[in-house]
Amino acid sequence: MQRTIQFTLNGHPVSAQVGNHQNLVEVLQGQGLFGARESCAQGLCGCCTVIVDGKAVSGCLTLAPLIDGADVRTIEEAQGEGGLDAVQQAFIETGAFQCGFCTPGFVLMTRQLLDAHPNPSEEDIRHYLSGNLCRCATYPEVIKAVRLAAKLRKKAGKD
Amino acid sequence: MASILGKTGAGQASVESVGRSIPRVEARAKVTGKAEYVHNLRLPGMLYGKVHRSSMAHGRIRGIDTSAALAMQGVFAVYTAADIMKLVPDPHYGPAFHDQPVLAIDKVRHVGEPVALVLAADPHVAEAAAQAIVVDYEELPAVFDEIEAMTSKAVVHEVLKPAGTFPDLKHLKDKRDTNIALDFRLRRGDVQKAFAEADHVFKHTFRTQQVLHVPLEPFVTVADPQPNRLDIHTASQSPSFVRIEIARLLGWPESRVRVKVPYLGGGFGAKLYIKTEALTAVAALLAGRPVKISLTMEEQFYQITKHAATLRIKSAVTRYGKITARECEVWWNGGAYADIGPRVTQKSGFTAPGPYDIDHVAIDSYALYTNLPAAGALRGFGIPQLVWGYESHTDMIAKALSIDPLAFRRKNILKNGRPQATGTIMQDAGIEKVLERLAERMQWEKPFDRGSGAIKRGRGMAIGFKASISPTTSVAIVNISADGSVMVYCGTVDMGQGSDTAMAQFAAEALGVPVETVTVVHPDTDVTPYDMATLGSRSTYHMGHAVKLAAEDARDKLMQLAQEVGLSAETTPIPDIFRRKYGMQAGNVVGVGSFIPSYAPPDAQGQTANATPFWMIGATGAEVEVDTETGEFKVTRLVNLVDVGRPVNPAIVETQISGATLMQLGFTLFERMDFDAGQCTNASLADYKIPGIRDVPAAMENEAVDMVQQSGPFGAKGVGESGTFGVSPAIASAIDDAVGVRLTSLPLTAEAVYRGLRANAGRPLED
Repeated sequence: MQRTIQFTLNGHPVSAQVGNHQNLVEVLQGQGLFGARESCAQGLCGCCTVIVDGKAVSGCLTLAPLIDGADVRTIEEAQGEGGLDAVQQAFIETGAFQCGFCTPGFVLMTRQLLDAHPNPSEEDIRHYLSGNLCRCATYPEVIKAVRLAAKLRKKAGKD
Repeated sequence: MASILGKTGAGQASVESVGRSIPRVEARAKVTGKAEYVHNLRLPGMLYGKVHRSSMAHGRIRGIDTSAALAMQGVFAVYTAADIMKLVPDPHYGPAFHDQPVLAIDKVRHVGEPVALVLAADPHVAEAAAQAIVVDYEELPAVFDEIEAMTSKAVVHEVLKPAGTFPDLKHLKDKRDTNIALDFRLRRGDVQKAFAEADHVFKHTFRTQQVLHVPLEPFVTVADPQPNRLDIHTASQSPSFVRIEIARLLGWPESRVRVKVPYLGGGFGAKLYIKTEALTAVAALLAGRPVKISLTMEEQFYQITKHAATLRIKSAVTRYGKITARECEVWWNGGAYADIGPRVTQKSGFTAPGPYDIDHVAIDSYALYTNLPAAGALRGFGIPQLVWGYESHTDMIAKALSIDPLAFRRKNILKNGRPQATGTIMQDAGIEKVLERLAERMQWEKPFDRGSGAIKRGRGMAIGFKASISPTTSVAIVNISADGSVMVYCGTVDMGQGSDTAMAQFAAEALGVPVETVTVVHPDTDVTPYDMATLGSRSTYHMGHAVKLAAEDARDKLMQLAQEVGLSAETTPIPDIFRRKYGMQAGNVVGVGSFIPSYAPPDAQGQTANATPFWMIGATGAEVEVDTETGEFKVTRLVNLVDVGRPVNPAIVETQISGATLMQLGFTLFERMDFDAGQCTNASLADYKIPGIRDVPAAMENEAVDMVQQSGPFGAKGVGESGTFGVSPAIASAIDDAVGVRLTSLPLTAEAVYRGLRANAGRPLED
């Protein structure tokens, strides 16, 4: 069964024709956004991470009709000047990715982490990112990136 | 700023580009989610393909009922082997054997083998219809174990069909009723005599389990028929092979097949040769429309895996701890299709005695067909399985002779200038250096905290080496545009290892221009020249050479052009040279480079003077804490040392070392495909755990030792696999060091340790 849903996508109001069986990843693909990627299809790998009403969710497990009226933010959301936020800059500077397929999920989840814990401990980092898998295993660099992002955010806050 | 050609002549490498840790060229695209993957691709009129797979490990197909699937609304077509054979009369493919059908013909050889394909515009419809297909099988006896496969009455392939590309497979042509897809043999010295005269003889057997690559971007291909041609967009590590093999299947010239590869969401050896390409290509041609086949995570478990293996190793050792002879027998469980297994069997087989100086060696290495999902290359081409065996064996001997593991290795280590088991004299192999740096970083000769109470601590070390697959060819084109910017056309696939960045650094270095002015064009067989494949850590060396040669060719041509128009290329900005020649910003200078290393094939005894263009060395030191009450253990420290020649991009090199190590940590501690009658029972990430951020040891150290590969481009060689070599045996030895439990099968589990503890205490657990 098809239905029309309306939601806010990266700050812009949009509508979409969706089937009840479709998930959020498919809805985003319909909008031309491919940064949320279905991989394990079980909500375990974090590649399809999307921010819905301020919370990180697995796009593969979020049924399309449930996002009617929601605020949806993805990796494609425009960032400040230069187009990159502190987390993205930190990931580049520390080389915290290899194939890049899981990277959008890590970036979005790191933002959630730093919103809740501006000075995360190593345990905070491992806890928040334990649902994001990276088969290239770039984890040591990710931990460095999170620490650098926290610093960059603080610096930006002070300036 | 217009660049001027650098003055970097041959042998006068500047350090401007190579050796610098510049960020990856695609960094911004990857952190913004905009990097291009085949995963993203959709074309107008595209159909989605979903596969109906075998539910039986070995069976004859009596009938396929597609009527219910065809009756479903939205189904465009259902194809079986009969349809495929209308277009391709002999639809068998494979790099070593032409043994794998596009869809199963008459019989199935493993659970999960593709039997039929449904096409529909809606992938959900295609999926539902694929489930509605009913296949009637007559069950055949199956064989799953690699040792049983040697003599089993269950025969996976009635007739062997070597592809004809490899001379060492020729004797297997048309051989019947055998599961042995290759029997590699090496003999050096007089093994029997050495064993007869030995002070000590040690014999151990080691096993490794079947695991898989799990790239987070599963296999995906889009085939797009064009008038008289076929475009294939695919997540492949081997675009040239795909073009050649698809053209062969279709009976077309290569020029009618175009293969394009953007970034890969991980490869690790999975996305080599033909995977989803042949089925997608034939389906698109039959349908006359673009077709996309994206495998699910579950389906990846049926596509390609890493060989389970059994290694039996026997050594003759003097009372002073010198190894005089070694016999290795290796059985590789290749699954139902050979894929590249026969190459694993030979190319890895000849290093089975390890990086030790042993005069008398015998190796027998067998590739075996079984009724399991096919096995191929996974980050190390069989080397991690072998190192697991020979380094565990090394420590078991050292312990039995009460010699320190480091001292035992020092006594036997294979040094440059000495012959390896093939007879090839070792050159530029930092085996000794890697071992010594590892010992230093581990502070091996200092006292070690052995823990207290129920928690015991232990440490272990292991070192392995690998030859490069040889001989293989890479070709590259370097194009200097009239504004001085540079394009590199090469078939190397960036699957996360950073090859785009490395190739840009090579071209910039050879031309002496800033690396920022160089763009690397992704593989597109209409544009990029031949490359054997992105595999076996070969690209830095082989494609690195080709890019360097192409850049030097372009530089020479540009200098000639400058001379022709009366300018000095060494002082004139590049755009001014073009402007003087063409009167405006116009024209190109195109350089070509082609590289194939020298190589000598082994004789019947496995002997050759030139087995490989370079050696890769990797070692790991591990520290563990073991709970003697439960068998639970924690890897608290991993120290990884490699010889990669001169690191092209030290930061990316370090990430490759640590990534390889952590991947091997998963294969060491928990990854294992479980089977019940050939059915994989844990084919999902919920049941098959891969390493997450919590599995990273508290201390991880990585180092590329100070080495130069004299024959390499700017002194470099490959890095992708070396981090995997030592991990498994180092951890097993650390456990043994802590609690006296020696494990000989992977993965190393708390249960196995606990069973060992109970057995040592004289209170063994029941099975």
